[in-house]
This record gives sequence, C-alpha cells and structure tokens, in this order.
Amino acid sequence: MAPTGDPILEVRDLVKHFPLSQGIVFKRQIGAIKAVDGVSFDLHRGETLGVVGESGCGKSTLAKVLMALERPTSGSVMINGKDMAKARGGDLKRMRRNVQMVMQDPYTSLNPRMTVGDIIGEPYEIHPDVAPKGERRRKVQDLLDVVGLNPDHINRYPHQFSGGQRQRIGIARGLALQPEIIICDEPVSALDVSIQAQVINLLDRLQTEFDLAYIFIAHDLSVVRHISDRVAVMYLGKMVELGKDLEIYDKPAHPYTQALLSAVPVPDPEGREQRERIILQGDPPSPANPPSGCRFRTRCWKAEEICAEEEPLLQIRPGTGHESACHFAETHDVVHAT
Amino acid sequence: MSDIRPAGPPHPETEHDATGQAVAVGTPEPPPDVKPAKQGKPASLWSDAWYDLRRRPLFIFSSVLILILLVIAVFPQWFSSVDPFNAATCQLAQARNPPGSAHWFGTDNLGCDVYSRTIYGARNSIVVGMSTTIVTAIVGGLLGLIAGYRSGATDTVLSRTTEVFFAIPPILGALLILAVFRTGNVWTVMLALAVLAWPMTFRIMRAAVIMAKNQDYVMAARALGAGPGRIMFRHILPNAVAPVIVVATINLGGFIAAEAALSFLGVGIQSPDISWGLMIADARDRFLEAYSPLLFPALFLSVTVLAFIMLGDAVRDALDPKLR
Repeated sequence: MAPTGDPILEVRDLVKHFPLSQGIVFKRQIGAIKAVDGVSFDLHRGETLGVVGESGCGKSTLAKVLMALERPTSGSVMINGKDMAKARGGDLKRMRRNVQMVMQDPYTSLNPRMTVGDIIGEPYEIHPDVAPKGERRRKVQDLLDVVGLNPDHINRYPHQFSGGQRQRIGIARGLALQPEIIICDEPVSALDVSIQAQVINLLDRLQTEFDLAYIFIAHDLSVVRHISDRVAVMYLGKMVELGKDLEIYDKPAHPYTQALLSAVPVPDPEGREQRERIILQGDPPSPANPPSGCRFRTRCWKAEEICAEEEPLLQIRPGTGHESACHFAETHDVVHAT
Repeated sequence: MSDIRPAGPPHPETEHDATGQAVAVGTPEPPPDVKPAKQGKPASLWSDAWYDLRRRPLFIFSSVLILILLVIAVFPQWFSSVDPFNAATCQLAQARNPPGSAHWFGTDNLGCDVYSRTIYGARNSIVVGMSTTIVTAIVGGLLGLIAGYRSGATDTVLSRTTEVFFAIPPILGALLILAVFRTGNVWTVMLALAVLAWPMTFRIMRAAVIMAKNQDYVMAARALGAGPGRIMFRHILPNAVAPVIVVATINLGGFIAAEAALSFLGVGIQSPDISWGLMIADARDRFLEAYSPLLFPALFLSVTVLAFIMLGDAVRDALDPKLR
C-alpha cells in the first residue's frame, strides 16, 4: 500500500468556476460559483489520497475535472507528464484509459437496460485495442471473479443484484481498462455499514494487486482514515490541510480539520461524554461570493484581522509537520483529547 | 487473473460446486429485487413488461381483436367471396336492402354489398394508422433524441418549430395539407397526419432523453471515452423509448379515427377506393331508409380504434407501473 516512485498525477492550481448568467436571449455573466478554486497536489503510484470536506466544498467537482468530465477554468492535470485538461479527441480517449472512476450511487451508475457482461465489457468496445474480440467475454468473467462476483452471472441485469454487488460491478467496470488511477467519488456512502467494509476491503486488496492509485472522496472521516495514505481536507473549493493520515488525524493543524474531527461519532459512551466538541457557528458561505483572505475566517474562533486581508497559503507551518492553510496553525489532538 | 479469489468475506449468494456450476446456498441477505417466481431467468424491462402483459385481460382482449383486424386487412378475400372493387357485384335494383342471407350487412345506395366493403375497408385504416405511427415515432423520436441530447441552440430551434405545429388545429391543418395535394389517397393522408403529429412524439422523447442523459451511467460511459453516438443509442435511447412506445400505440387508434374523419370530409381516401369514413359519408343522407351501410363501418371503426387505445393503455401500465 505504500506509495512508490514519481507522481503519476500532478494537479496544479486547478480552478473550476461555473458561470452564473442572467437573461434569456442575451445572457450575461453576473458571477461564478467557485466550486474548485486553486487546488494543487500530487498522487504517487500505489498511493491513496483521501479527500474530505462537507457537502458543497467542491469534492465532486474536483473528481469530475480530474476525469475530464468537466473542463477546468484554469490549471493543469498532468498524468504521466501529459496535461489531460488540454487533451482533445483521440488523445483524451487514450488518456482516459489511465484514469477511471467508481461512482457514488450503485443504483444509478449502471445502465438498467444492459447486462452485467455488456456493462463491464463496454470499455473494451470503446477501446477495441485493449482486448481482442474473442477474449472479451473471458476477461469480463475474470473481472467479475476479481471483484468477488460469480462469473456465471454475466448475463444478469443490474436490478438482480444488491447494492454492494452493484458497487462491485461498478468497480469491475473501472478496472477493465487496467488504469493506474481510480477516482472513487464517495463509493461507499450509499451502502450499508456492513457492506461498506466489504467494499473498502475489496478496494484495498485491488490496490495491492494492481498497484492502483486512488483518490478517495468521502465525507466520512473514519472511512477515509481506514484506506488513505494521505488526506486532504477541503473547504469551499480550497484545500486547507494536506498530510499523512496519522498527521491529519492525530495532529490536525487547521481549525476546520479540528472541528471536523471533533464531530466524528464515537461509539464509546464514556468517551463521548468527556470528549471536547468544537461546534462551528453558521453555515458555509456561498461559493459564489467567498469571504476575502481565509475562506474559513467567518466561522473560525481564531480569526483576526490578518485572516481577512491575507489569504493563507497551503504550506508547512512552524510547529507542524505537514501543509496547512492557516495563519495560526497549531497542532491539537482533538480525537484523543479528553 | 482468473485464479484470484476475493480476500474479503466470501460472497454470500452463491458458491461453486465441483462442476463449476453455481448453486444457490442458504443466504442471510438475498438480493432484494430478484423475482423468485421467474426461476432466475434474466429479467429486463421488456421481459418484465411482457410477463405483466400476459396476465392482463385488457391486453389479451385488445390484442386478439387487433390480430383479427390485421388478418382481415392482409387477407380480406378469406372473409368475403365478393370483390367490392368489381363494379359488376353492385346492382342498383338491390340498393338499400336490409341485412339478409345474400348480403349479411345489407346493400348501400348503389346496391353494393356492405359486408365485403367493410371487410376490404379495414386495410386502408390499418395501413394509415400503422404507417403514420411508424413515421411519427421515427421522425419525432430521432429529432427528440437529438434535441434532448444536444440541448442549447439545436434544442431551441427544434422546440420552437414544434410549438408552431402545436398551434395548428389538427383537422384544419390536415384539410389544408390535403388540399395542396389535390388527390387524396392512403399516402397523402398518412403524410398529412404525420406532419401534424410528430411534434407530440418529439416532446415526449425530448423530455425522456433529458431525464436519461443526466443519469450517472451516462457520465460513466463518458468517463470511459464513449462517443456521442454510443451514448445516444446505447445508453439514452433504450432508457427513454418506453413512453414513446406507449404514446405511439395510443395514437395509432387516433390516426385511424382521423383518417376516417378526413375521408368523411371528402379530402381523404377517394372513391373507388374503400374507406370506412367514405362509406359513412355516403350512407349518411339515406340513414333513415337504410341504417346498415352506416352502422357497420362505424361499428368496425369504433372497435378498431378502441382496440388500439386499450392496447396502448395496457402497454403503458406494463412499462410504467408508477402510473397505475
């Protein structure tokens, strides 16, 4: 599971703004939703980068831009040294082989009119040079086997499977082209807790087997902690903290991360009573009109004047071992604090 | 790859026996939506719908009626020994006879056999109904697919165009179109009806496509690198076609009625060709003296239209259980 070698994915200053327009015939832009606003990170071979943040912080937009399902407003997504954000046509199609996706909802991500064999075999039809025609059926059955489904079920339809089994079908489809990177957009949040564990373990096993790099997007911190090597915390389109999983969980430096971690449910009633809780005031500001300087300052208990004037950059701060974007970053163990 | 077994917990639903056959084992959580009544047969929307349809009296009744009408339309000579196109079979002396053993449905103003004319009239009604349905489904369906998928300017142009057609009163519009052709026959009637009816199919298809194209599986196909053709015809069309089929079946009856109306008004099918609408028009002046030349074609017309509308209703219930 340990990351090795050079980065296979380099994201630099990625920005995605959705224009807000007004008028029916003559549309004019009156603003923009700043869904992703300057995100940079690297992903190494075989590594899992967890991305966490609350609803609307730009996690799913980030996934779509990385998959080239949305064009970024600016910035670059370099995969093995080639910019996917600028690729077109045949180049883009070839690059897509390297990045695949596992979607959130296993009930809507599989075409109900196609058999499992057609769904998992479709990547081979789109990229015919990956597998010759005669081998495709066998390859699909192998994939079913790899994700723990019965290869004899190749002619069944998605509605004949349960949620966890459907998610395995989605994973098999993602594996078909033998990508190096798989982007998991909340792959378990639509599943039961017991099934979540099975799917996470499957993803974990496949990573070792095929040397995959994951970008694992979730809002459930305990799930992310289990699978991630590094964790990035997003708030309102920006990364506020990025570090190894232990650093983020045991020594969070950014106040937002600390607040998030203090909200993780603890199954132990004893600990629950004594634990420190950080309760944030208000709602996240609108991404169409984010606050100046630090975006978290409107809800931060540490905010001072500098936070409104100067935007804190994502960098290693004194007294902390990893990158965070806070002028007053200091580590504070929220999880184990009593 | 094939020898790798999952490291996680063994999948609960099946295991392999010595011959490699899958055998069901006692399972704590069976897949919830598998219908055990079907003995594990692969089920799709269509096979589910078929399963449902076969158990509906409305469907069986209407499809038997339609089947009989289709046979009449294709082989009218099986049902009538009299050829109504042969003028010698009409005898003016026998005009307006009541139904009897020689002429089951009586005779009309010109002494022609009403029964054989009614039987031979089925073909034109069915041909107009079916061809109009097929043309509107293909034209409206394809344009709706393109408009819904492309959206933007393409959609705006096509949608505004259909709105123009919706503004035309249908019978008036058909009268105008047929007046341009001067001659009325099966194909001009079909064309006139199709020109006025495709916007309906277009709208239904467009709405269904817009709904289908935002589904996750379409995004998944795009992520795999699928082109627009594959996305439209492999992913969107099969998921958007059901409402179009339902409306097409219901409309078929409507087209048959519209053909009769246009023929009745004298702009549709022209004598000496036979049409139920034409027969009704010819018989209406002397209705009080001879009821049968009007009654029987009208009866056949009503039953045919009803059969197709009932079939459409049954198909809609089967394809869209939510509407029940």
